[in-house]
Amino acid sequence: MTTREIFETMDYGPAPESDTEARAWIAGKGPAFGAFIDGVFAKPGETFATRNPATGAELARITQSSTEDVDKAVAAARRAFPGWSKLSGHQRARHLYALARLLQKHARLFAVLETLDNGKPIREARDIDVPLAQRHFYYHAGLAQLLDDEMPDHAPLGVCGQVIPWNFPLLMLSWKIAPALAAGNTVVLKPAEYTSLTALLFADICREAGLPKGVVNIVTGDGRTGEALTTHPDVNKVAFTGSTEVGRRIRQATAGSGKSLTLELGGKSPYIVFDDADIDSAIEGLVDAIWFNQGQVCCAGSRLLVQEGIAADFHARLKARMDKLRLGDPLDKSIDVGAVVDPVQHATITRLVDRNTEGETYRAATPVPEQGCFYPPTLITGLSPAAPLMQEEIFGPVLVSTTFRTPSEAVEIANNTRYGLAATVWTENLNLALDVAPRLAAGVVWVNATNLFDAAAPFGGVRESGFGREGGWEGLLAYLEPALKTKPLKPVDPVPAPDTPDAPGLDRTAKMYVGGKQARPDGGYSQPVWSAKGRLLGHMGLGTRKDIRNAVEAARGAAGWARTTGHLRAQILYYIGENLSARSAEFAARIRDLTGVNAKTADAEVDVAIDRLFTYAAWADKFDGTAKSVPIRGIALAMTEPVGVIGALAPDDAPLLGALSLIAPAIAMGNRIVLVPSYAAPLAATDLYQVLDTSDLPGGVVNIVTGDPADLAEPLAGHMDVDAIWAFTPHVGAEAVEKASASNLKRSWVHDGRGIDWMGKSGEGRRFLQAATEVKTIWVPYGE
Amino acid sequence: MTHAPTQTATTLTDPQLPQVHEPRNAGMPLDLDWVARVQANTSAIERRAASLPGRRTVKKTYQAAWLAKAITLIDLTTLAGDDTPGRVRRLCAKARQPVRADLLDALGLPPITTGAVCVYHDMVETAVEALQGSDIPVAAVSTGFPAGLSPFHLRVAEITESVKAGAAEIDIVISRRHVLTGNWQALYDEMKEFRAACGEAHVKAILATGELGTLRNVARASLVCMMAGADFIKTSTGKESVNATLPVSLTMVRAIRAYEAATGIKVGYKPAGGISKAKDALVYMALMKEELGNRWLQPDLFRFGASSLLGDIERQLEHHATGAYSASYRHPMA
Repeated sequence: MTTREIFETMDYGPAPESDTEARAWIAGKGPAFGAFIDGVFAKPGETFATRNPATGAELARITQSSTEDVDKAVAAARRAFPGWSKLSGHQRARHLYALARLLQKHARLFAVLETLDNGKPIREARDIDVPLAQRHFYYHAGLAQLLDDEMPDHAPLGVCGQVIPWNFPLLMLSWKIAPALAAGNTVVLKPAEYTSLTALLFADICREAGLPKGVVNIVTGDGRTGEALTTHPDVNKVAFTGSTEVGRRIRQATAGSGKSLTLELGGKSPYIVFDDADIDSAIEGLVDAIWFNQGQVCCAGSRLLVQEGIAADFHARLKARMDKLRLGDPLDKSIDVGAVVDPVQHATITRLVDRNTEGETYRAATPVPEQGCFYPPTLITGLSPAAPLMQEEIFGPVLVSTTFRTPSEAVEIANNTRYGLAATVWTENLNLALDVAPRLAAGVVWVNATNLFDAAAPFGGVRESGFGREGGWEGLLAYLEPALKTKPLKPVDPVPAPDTPDAPGLDRTAKMYVGGKQARPDGGYSQPVWSAKGRLLGHMGLGTRKDIRNAVEAARGAAGWARTTGHLRAQILYYIGENLSARSAEFAARIRDLTGVNAKTADAEVDVAIDRLFTYAAWADKFDGTAKSVPIRGIALAMTEPVGVIGALAPDDAPLLGALSLIAPAIAMGNRIVLVPSYAAPLAATDLYQVLDTSDLPGGVVNIVTGDPADLAEPLAGHMDVDAIWAFTPHVGAEAVEKASASNLKRSWVHDGRGIDWMGKSGEGRRFLQAATEVKTIWVPYGE
Repeated sequence: MTHAPTQTATTLTDPQLPQVHEPRNAGMPLDLDWVARVQANTSAIERRAASLPGRRTVKKTYQAAWLAKAITLIDLTTLAGDDTPGRVRRLCAKARQPVRADLLDALGLPPITTGAVCVYHDMVETAVEALQGSDIPVAAVSTGFPAGLSPFHLRVAEITESVKAGAAEIDIVISRRHVLTGNWQALYDEMKEFRAACGEAHVKAILATGELGTLRNVARASLVCMMAGADFIKTSTGKESVNATLPVSLTMVRAIRAYEAATGIKVGYKPAGGISKAKDALVYMALMKEELGNRWLQPDLFRFGASSLLGDIERQLEHHATGAYSASYRHPMA
């Protein structure tokens, strides 16, 4: 067009970013790429094509790394680990700083390569992905620098196997590698097979940064490579970001392996607009929520909830905004929506949308390129929560919408999902925002904003969106373990019935404790409990899966406990301590009877139990959240919230203290707990319910189900209304517990064949509090 | 909104620019419920404004065409105490020929002029005379510009005088105190009276956004002025410490969009003060195109209040024509 014609039409015209340098890099280092192992690029093996989704053209060939390649990479990481972990924090900080600087120096090359490989608009790669990746390395250089002083008594885990998705290839690499390296671990990372190129460029700059060989290894390939890595026996930590489906498989495959695991999975995040919101800004926010990266964002605000009174106006304005979105060549600087990553993904989006028969589907009236993987921005209004598209993750530029009447209903609809990654709330009413945000089942909540990220602010999900946090000190914890004194865990079996039983006069029957009431076992069976010397101490009900069901239901019903104040919970914990103290002689005698320990040991256990109750009473109002220093005008609050319902299998040793060491931190943080006490010595725990009853603890907060842990562990670990499982009983293997926990991807904390010294300091403290809480990051930008 | 204001069509002379004219904004009854409902979330507006320059860009021929268009949108302005008839005549000559003819030829562009010339009342006659035959309108700042604190009847009289002197456009200043005290009725009444005094002349309402405290106030004041019949809403006098900004502009153009949605009437927008770079002008134009559409890239609905912007655009255009970066002395001064 001539200048004169443009003067009339006022079109934007093309504004392409050059890909010359990126293509030169591919040609120079490739075009066939081998894995990056032990500081060198291996010779390409069997390769597959990586394509530009905007054109379908082949960009390079990538090696399908074999099991042997993975072995070599893990071995290299293992060899590098002692040297790397022994560096001072400062020395590691220097390396991370160098990586940050190099990411900055090669910023445009990374951005263009990312856009070529992934199809995202160059604006996003250039202005969001790459700057956030740099920021992540700068921030973690700082964490490495401070680590020695701030987190003494912590050690790195070892070799980390990390598997990342294709939607933010470089950024997810940074989220994985920066904290792992800062904490002193070494890494084998597998990028997604669609998008390996920026990981390979990163490998290239690791060499420029002078990173020791083997500290970072990149193995390319598809799910087979990922499986070889995540199940590798010499990998200590698995970190995965990707689909819930694959996350669940990884949970099952790593069950009982002792590998530390963090999962960042899918979502169907609610985007709630109240009628007093700044509507135009809320609509603009949706552009960043669901049309950012073609909607291929795990935390995409993909479920729009609009207050009924403004819905018609809101949808009309939203459609007008959608029509303004520009689709096309992702390298064009004036493009809003690029190409979805692969024809496979395009087909999935198409299938999900086409299958829907409800509501009204609106496609943006904007030109869609005929060639390449482009899907138009789409809005589906008038869906009910029951519609499949309101429940299933689409992972594309498709927004689904429904309405609500009241704040409570908004929360109810928002939480009516298996996922719990992120949520967005728009209102100009501070009271409303700060009331709703904590009630949303999500790891991240944005108030009057969306998709804000920063290295200092923890990110991660609850429910089937996974567990673990990335970013901040909280994220670093996922790559460290406390140096603890442990001892081999040996099961203590119930004392067998003696030949000549000594049955005392009056029967005292221990029942289960469910919902604040004593309950008989549903199955109607009991088992005698004998003292070490053969005296009948009483009976324990033999619990079944139905007792577990009843207990979990009671625990779920006691949701009010989560909303009580820390002060109140502290009062009740002190009170439990006080009442236990009043009956300490009785409990000590019980312990002696059950376990055969001497008086001194039994007295000591009761004393420590009282001490422990005081510890958590003290913590109840002191395990504070933090305000993160994020680079916006606003605050990012990392609030600690109770996990919900915790299932706990108590250890055998220290039958009273072991149980209380789990109960106390759980309830101090506002959780409800279903506890299976020591199999050998259950009466120490069942005696407790009389103490609890007299201590003003609401019914359902603590529930005790006795029986054989081998029978009870799986129903409890597999129960989908239980949010975390703690297993310290030696009677059940970690594998069974963790496999069962995959049902709803609950957090698990299981013994690794070693037992905690409950009498010592390792039996209490922050580790327990962290297990009893979720970190929710609430972003509140402000300014008038 | 269901208010349907009566529309008054006006006919203007047809200059060489592709002028298209809309029905004038006759205003509507003050709708205080609507005013009270208006929200403006500052952080969100700032984020949108900050990302806009990264979302849209024009290159090469497109950039040249857009910059030429930008010139036609400029209210070439002098508002200085030392203005003289000679100075104003020079400015008018520049408005007639804002770009060297050889550059326009090289770029394949027709002759263009600036959108208007903007002066104080005492210079109106001089400007009208200097622009005779050009179809370039003369805009007069008025109503006790810039503070707007002279006696009300004198402010109204000043409008009448300027119109009498030949001003086709009147840039009035609102009483900021009405906004700051939430006295929307007073703002509405004042604006309505100014509008009436303007008669056939178009009225631009200067909100002096730098003195309104909050974007919420900017949004509400924009709306009230449109309800009272403003043809344009304008950010600033150029004399406040903060003048046109992208967040303020986004707030005001969203108000324009809402007003159009409710009434069908298109109101013009004029950012003024602080826009001195060609690149900034392009961002503002992209903002108009994105938020309101191409229709707001014509001088009857969009103006830049600027004095030094033209010089930067001229240099950029020469760069387009020659491929070499230009120097300011190569372009005739005002």
